[in-house]
Amino acid sequence: MYVGAIFFPLLGACLAGFFGRWLGDRASMWVTVACMALAAACGLGAFVEVALNGLPGVVPIVTFIDVGGFEVSWALRYDTLSVVMVAMVTFISTLIHIYSVGYMSHDATVPRFFAYLSLFTFMMLMLVTADNLVQLFFGWEGVGLASYLLIGYWYEKESANRAAMKAFIVNRVGDLFFMLGLALTFWTFQSVEFAAIFAGVEAARGVTFLGMPALEVIGVLLFLGACGKSAQLGLHTWLPDAMEGPTPVSALIHAATMVTAGVFLMARMSPVMEYAPLALAIVTVVGATTAFVAATIGCVQNDIKRVIAYSTMSQLGYMFFAAGVGVYQAAIFHLFTHAFFKALLFLGAGSVIHAMSDEQDIRRMGGIWRKIPITYAMMWIGSLALAGVPFFAGYYSKDMVLEVAYAAHSGVGSYAFLMGLLAAFLTAFYSWRLIILTFHGAPRADHHVMEHVHESPPVMLIPLLVLAAGAVVTGFLFYPLFVGAQQEPFWNGAIYTAAHNHVLHDAHEVPAWVPLAPTVVGLAGIALAYALYMFAPGIPGQLAARFDGLYRFLLNKWYFDELYDAIFVRPAQYLARAFWKTGDARLIDGVPNGAADLAVQAARGAVRIQTGRVANYAFAMIIGLVLFVSLLLYGAR
Amino acid sequence: MLNWTLALPEIVLGVSGLFILLGGVIPKKESFFPVSMAVIGALILAAVLVLGQGEGTAFLGQYVADNFSRFAKVLILLGAALGLLLALDFNEKAGLGRFEYPVLMLFATLGMMVMVSANDLMSLYIGLELLSLSLYVIAAFDRDNPRSAEAGLKYFVLGALASGLLLYGASLVYGFAGTTNFDRLADALSGDDVGTGVVVGLVFVLAGLAFKVSAVPFHMWTPDVYEGAPTPVTAFFATAPKVAAIALLMHVLIGPFGDLSAQWMQVIWVCSAGSMILGAFAAIGQRNIKRLMAYSSIGHVGYALMGLAVANDTGYRGVLVYMAIYVVMNLGTFAVLIAMRRRGRALEQVEDLAGLGKTDPAMALWMAVFMFSMAGIPPLAGFFGKLYVFLAAVQGGFWTLAVIGIVTSVIASYYYLRIVKVMYFDAAPDGALDARPASLTVVMASTGLLTLLFFLFPAALIGAAQVAVASLAG
Repeated sequence: MYVGAIFFPLLGACLAGFFGRWLGDRASMWVTVACMALAAACGLGAFVEVALNGLPGVVPIVTFIDVGGFEVSWALRYDTLSVVMVAMVTFISTLIHIYSVGYMSHDATVPRFFAYLSLFTFMMLMLVTADNLVQLFFGWEGVGLASYLLIGYWYEKESANRAAMKAFIVNRVGDLFFMLGLALTFWTFQSVEFAAIFAGVEAARGVTFLGMPALEVIGVLLFLGACGKSAQLGLHTWLPDAMEGPTPVSALIHAATMVTAGVFLMARMSPVMEYAPLALAIVTVVGATTAFVAATIGCVQNDIKRVIAYSTMSQLGYMFFAAGVGVYQAAIFHLFTHAFFKALLFLGAGSVIHAMSDEQDIRRMGGIWRKIPITYAMMWIGSLALAGVPFFAGYYSKDMVLEVAYAAHSGVGSYAFLMGLLAAFLTAFYSWRLIILTFHGAPRADHHVMEHVHESPPVMLIPLLVLAAGAVVTGFLFYPLFVGAQQEPFWNGAIYTAAHNHVLHDAHEVPAWVPLAPTVVGLAGIALAYALYMFAPGIPGQLAARFDGLYRFLLNKWYFDELYDAIFVRPAQYLARAFWKTGDARLIDGVPNGAADLAVQAARGAVRIQTGRVANYAFAMIIGLVLFVSLLLYGAR
Repeated sequence: MLNWTLALPEIVLGVSGLFILLGGVIPKKESFFPVSMAVIGALILAAVLVLGQGEGTAFLGQYVADNFSRFAKVLILLGAALGLLLALDFNEKAGLGRFEYPVLMLFATLGMMVMVSANDLMSLYIGLELLSLSLYVIAAFDRDNPRSAEAGLKYFVLGALASGLLLYGASLVYGFAGTTNFDRLADALSGDDVGTGVVVGLVFVLAGLAFKVSAVPFHMWTPDVYEGAPTPVTAFFATAPKVAAIALLMHVLIGPFGDLSAQWMQVIWVCSAGSMILGAFAAIGQRNIKRLMAYSSIGHVGYALMGLAVANDTGYRGVLVYMAIYVVMNLGTFAVLIAMRRRGRALEQVEDLAGLGKTDPAMALWMAVFMFSMAGIPPLAGFFGKLYVFLAAVQGGFWTLAVIGIVTSVIASYYYLRIVKVMYFDAAPDGALDARPASLTVVMASTGLLTLLFFLFPAALIGAAQVAVASLAG
């Protein structure tokens, strides 16, 4: 069962990838779906066994690197943390596979898509069940690869290729820090096995590296690695572009699973992070800032998927600052509920795009809510959960995140709380802006499109309904287990909380206004969205004209892309061009080219000896003879 | 003691040669094909007899039969038989379908067998002259073609010079050592003080033999003769006589002159390095593919001599393995060259191969296999041939020679790969080649498979070479 949960997706990927042409489209679709369903069944079984019955374990598979003291074995670590992720990933991946059967039905290379999707799932599972940092890094790179392949899935599109490369390259920047962190971990602990690392933390507290505490440096490096994968401010620019991929991909990879790998890493390394207060403070500040900045950008974007992408980035910020104040449980809880409602929102958006004949710009939508009522309802549920309206999933987790930030009673904690509240307001605002512009008002699409607006087929709607159920119930169902009264036996040591860390405990005793605040600002955001877009649709345009500078600043995403273009991309291209023209073309190619010229010259010389005259030939023979005789008679003695 | 039964293969081959000659003269009509078949039969019979041959010396020490001569003879007979097979169709079409051709090849082969079994400077010379006289004639076999006649004449004049050098060397050796028998020469030359006359004689003998293997600087005849002679003749020149001459060279140097190895190693070193360098550079600019193959064969002889220059058992084994693989590759390549015929006209330019990859994929594939193998690209047979001589050179401390070998093989791969490039990437100028006869397909496919699959069973050849070398040195 433990092994099955991980390897069924790989089986599916291999079947669809290698035999897809032979199987045909339909068979390869359903074969991967069947494999995913089996994996999900195994995943749920493992969740019951490990998390609910409290029986963690390690399943060894094989030793794959053993070089002079650096031994890495391949094993599946099943504790509550990983099993939560396994169950969530397999479950949501299954739903998205099913949804894709409908969404991708008209695509030309269906087996390839499903093979990539299953491969991604396998890699994500490798990541979360890793028993050591190297295996985790393998999964980490694997999901990066799958993400690259899937963003660039429509490789004939120039923009898709660019987005795929951007995602890969920006992620490599993060990976560099991850690798440095990995190396430093090995240097500090002489091991990359989690068990050995966690056991050695106490001893390693005094270790310094270049005059800095080693644990702090490891924490910062790993966090920078996590920033790349989880699109935190600075390394976030790839995520909105990644929306070039097919929508199910955006739902699975760029909302529910892969982008949360960074948060998972923080939770997995909690025993180390707990003793790296400075690193945690950085995590908090970056996370809180990301939450706010992404929310501001989300308010003015016009592409339906980009709005949701910025919302994802913002929610990831929440998760990070929850981890930053030392309550990894809250971070994972928010990750868990977020996976459901964000996948729901993306799939709902996919359903809208499907209905609108591949239109993604919300300025050219509107007035379609009566035609696609189920999708409309699903988007409402997703948005309610996202905005943290009471009793939806997001309400429990987001409230918890904000409460722990308040309860941290530290400067960065208060900053995070403030930013989180502002972001919550903006989140509610842009969510309803999206709903109102998409579904309400006068239709702004042309009549051809409007005639074709239709509800999606059941194969797409059923996953939506299941996810919607998840977006409603996961909050109150899992609240007691993840962060409530039963959290200690539930986590069973999978997440480490240092003795000096009482934040989670304190969070349950904050003043009464704190839990209320997110709901209030959320409702205010919704109200403002209604006021601006439903009742007085002229005002947003006037506001944009009035505050033109601010509007442009937000529309251009705080000019991050332009900044990076100027600082990194252009100089790198310039440098590359210089190296190519002089270094490569002149120097490196020059040597073999010169040698080739020399060879041609030598060939000409050799041919010139061959005159065709017998006398010359005989002369050459005699000369040779004389040469040899003199060599032996005088040379050697 | 005469022990003439030891020489049974040669005697049988010689007698059947006489009978076949008789059989060719009597009928009124042209008898090229039946005579060729009879000669191939005789060659195969001789090969069977060679395999069953005993060991020992015969004809009062003039003749020796051992594992080394057996290895060389089997290779020579195989090369000759396949070489004749290559000529069947070509000679008919070129109007060269006369029965003297196979008979001459038979006598050339007999000469080669005598050469490798020679245990005396006299029998050595008899074998060598029998070979040479036959080769002079068949080089000029297309006697109405001035280029063929020129090739024959050039070969004859220079060959006479080489023969003269060899004889003069032999007489010097006899004069200073007092004997022409190899065994007694070895005894006579085992002392520390060897006369200058013997050394000079050795160099002259070496020069005569180096002419036959076309090692630099005695190679000058090769490009002209290869280009001028009819293609099947060139194929024959490039294969069996090369093996015979290299085997003879080894036999002479390791046997009677074994104790002078310090001297002849230097000569062979220079010949080897010079041949490798010339073979690599001079072929680059060639457009005539037969001329290109001439330089290629000079280069290959250079690699083979590298094993001899090392002067130890590993090196000798490397030479034998190299020559065996070389014969197989060359026969296959020439099968392709002989098949190059468009609308009845034989073609000789590299450009004529353009587009072969499309018009005749099977032949292009075999040609590519041979070219890659000659360039020494693993896992083809040619790679292993080079591997064993390079290995011997490196183990023997001959670093300079090994480096020259590697650099020149990189350079040489240029012109081999150019042929592959022409075949696959250049557009065919005017139509496909003529359909090739079955005999060429047989040679191509059999040698191609050997080249391609050698890496699966290298032990058989290497083991045989090992045994041959053991008998030579012992």
